[in-house]
Amino acid sequence: MNAKILETENVTVSFDGFKALNQLNFSMDVGELRVVIGPNGAGKTTFLDVITGKVQPTVGRVLFKGRNLRSLPEYKIARLGIGRKFQTPRIYLNLTPRENLEITSNPNKNVFSTLFSRSNTAEKNNIKGLLETIGLTAKADIRAGLLSHGEKQRLEIGMLVAQSPDLLLVDEPVAGLTDEETYNIGELLLALAQSHSILVIEHDMEFVRQIAKKVTVLHEGSVLCEGNFEEVQNDSRVIEVYLGKQEE
Amino acid sequence: MRKKGGGLLIEVGVVVAIALFLIIIMPLVLTEFRLNLLGRFLSLAIVALGIDLIWGYTGLLSLGHGIFFGLGGYAIAMYLKLQVPTGELPDFMGLYGVTELPAFWQPFYSFPLTIASVVLIPGLLAGLLGYLVFRNRLKGVYFSILTQAGTIVFFNFFNGQQQLFNGTNGLIDFTTLFGATVSDAKTQFVFYILTVVFLAATYGVCRWLTTGRFGRLLIAIRDDESRVRFSGYDPTDYKVLVFAVSGAIAGIAGAFYTIQSGSVSPRAMDIAFSIEMVIWVAVGGRATLIGAIVGTLLVNYARTFLSEQFAEIWLFFQGALFLIVVTVLPDGIVGWLRSQNISLFRRRQEIATYPTLEEDAEVQHERENIGN
Repeated sequence: MNAKILETENVTVSFDGFKALNQLNFSMDVGELRVVIGPNGAGKTTFLDVITGKVQPTVGRVLFKGRNLRSLPEYKIARLGIGRKFQTPRIYLNLTPRENLEITSNPNKNVFSTLFSRSNTAEKNNIKGLLETIGLTAKADIRAGLLSHGEKQRLEIGMLVAQSPDLLLVDEPVAGLTDEETYNIGELLLALAQSHSILVIEHDMEFVRQIAKKVTVLHEGSVLCEGNFEEVQNDSRVIEVYLGKQEE
Repeated sequence: MRKKGGGLLIEVGVVVAIALFLIIIMPLVLTEFRLNLLGRFLSLAIVALGIDLIWGYTGLLSLGHGIFFGLGGYAIAMYLKLQVPTGELPDFMGLYGVTELPAFWQPFYSFPLTIASVVLIPGLLAGLLGYLVFRNRLKGVYFSILTQAGTIVFFNFFNGQQQLFNGTNGLIDFTTLFGATVSDAKTQFVFYILTVVFLAATYGVCRWLTTGRFGRLLIAIRDDESRVRFSGYDPTDYKVLVFAVSGAIAGIAGAFYTIQSGSVSPRAMDIAFSIEMVIWVAVGGRATLIGAIVGTLLVNYARTFLSEQFAEIWLFFQGALFLIVVTVLPDGIVGWLRSQNISLFRRRQEIATYPTLEEDAEVQHERENIGN
């Protein structure tokens, strides 16, 4: 039996009449690695905003593990087990990578437990392991602002994992990276997919080919088509709105 | 870990040494008047620490700390004004035809309640104000404007209530405290010692809050608040707590300043004074704590010196100082010293070989982990 980790039912988001999402129906199984593609303005980032509570759906509902997320603030949704990586790396530049991971991995995020509890050995080892996974052990204790763009991307993915969410939302993780870095991020995501459900938004088709099992194409706020990479790539509508345009 | 513990021990040692120096040596060197002045400046340094906590570390520029400073000052002053024979009222009330002590003055007969008020009234007020502001996600310049508006409200209230607070003149002419004459040199010396002790204690509390996970979270909130939300934290709680602590610190500072200057008036809630506090921290260096203390002492001594010599130019000088700091030394004096590799202010270790190699994290990692 395949339980759904994420479902959206008829979600519409309109900004002053402009429908960024238009009756979007989407669902994703537990443990799935899904890639969402679509031309600029297709509503990809708004889609993540709706899931994480940054934007409220005008109509429709978003279910996470069967639970309606309506009117929950962002931090509560995050605590339910949804982690988000932003398009441009959003890390804390004045802290070190280790401290960045430590903040997100904190198991109890109330004010007073943050103030009085200290991180235990298990947590520290966990962070050590994570630093190794994202290849930042050597730079664990310098200011994160000094990291290269690729390292920042990796660090933010690490922070996402440190949060130990059930669902990872990853927004354009390879934008601005070299081919080699892109490949490494792909491998990292595939490794993480062993134990997490991951939703990736991406433009880079080469990268999508590397990681995708199932691809969803968004167009003008709705799902245009869905299927494995080859199916999507050969779909005439997709070629028309998206792939074709890229070759011009 | 061992290294960290050692650093902490050294820091405690330095703080204690400075405190002892201030308590033992300074009274021998300074005249009574100068010592009193130093005591006042040190109480101002306490409020500067509070500003550094909320501005330097959490990124919220409060232009309303004068409110909390003033409230602390008024609380202790009300207690002192009630040191009169039973049945009598504080002297100024007679002038305005008040025949019965207003109800809210009653608790200030009690010393413990007064001390609680010095800390809790400003702290709770700040907490409440913070909750209303932060819950609605107002930040940046809106927060600053709101705190400044609050300052005007409180200034006008205390300024206008002659029957309750003696209006513009404020509360003056304190007589006794526990039977000792307030203006007596010995009493003032005790106040001075207490100020030093509380300054050190406040520094300790601020250091505790700004290191460790909590402190790093404050920096995270300052740098990218919405990111913090997506990591599962509610920044509102953190900001409310820090603002409340900062307000309570300002209250304590106000109380110490009041007993040493011998008066408290609505001028403490003047907007210019709250802005001055921010200047002290900016001059010393934001988010350094020690900078807040250094900046306060420096600016206030400069003011004393200049206004004794050339009374007219102080305000120009203060403006110029602020401009210099903003344009040339954005990290303040302590921040600048740290960037100049002056070992006393630096947290990093001594350079053993070529600086570029020492700074390169990859090289350091190899040195530590390869070949061992």
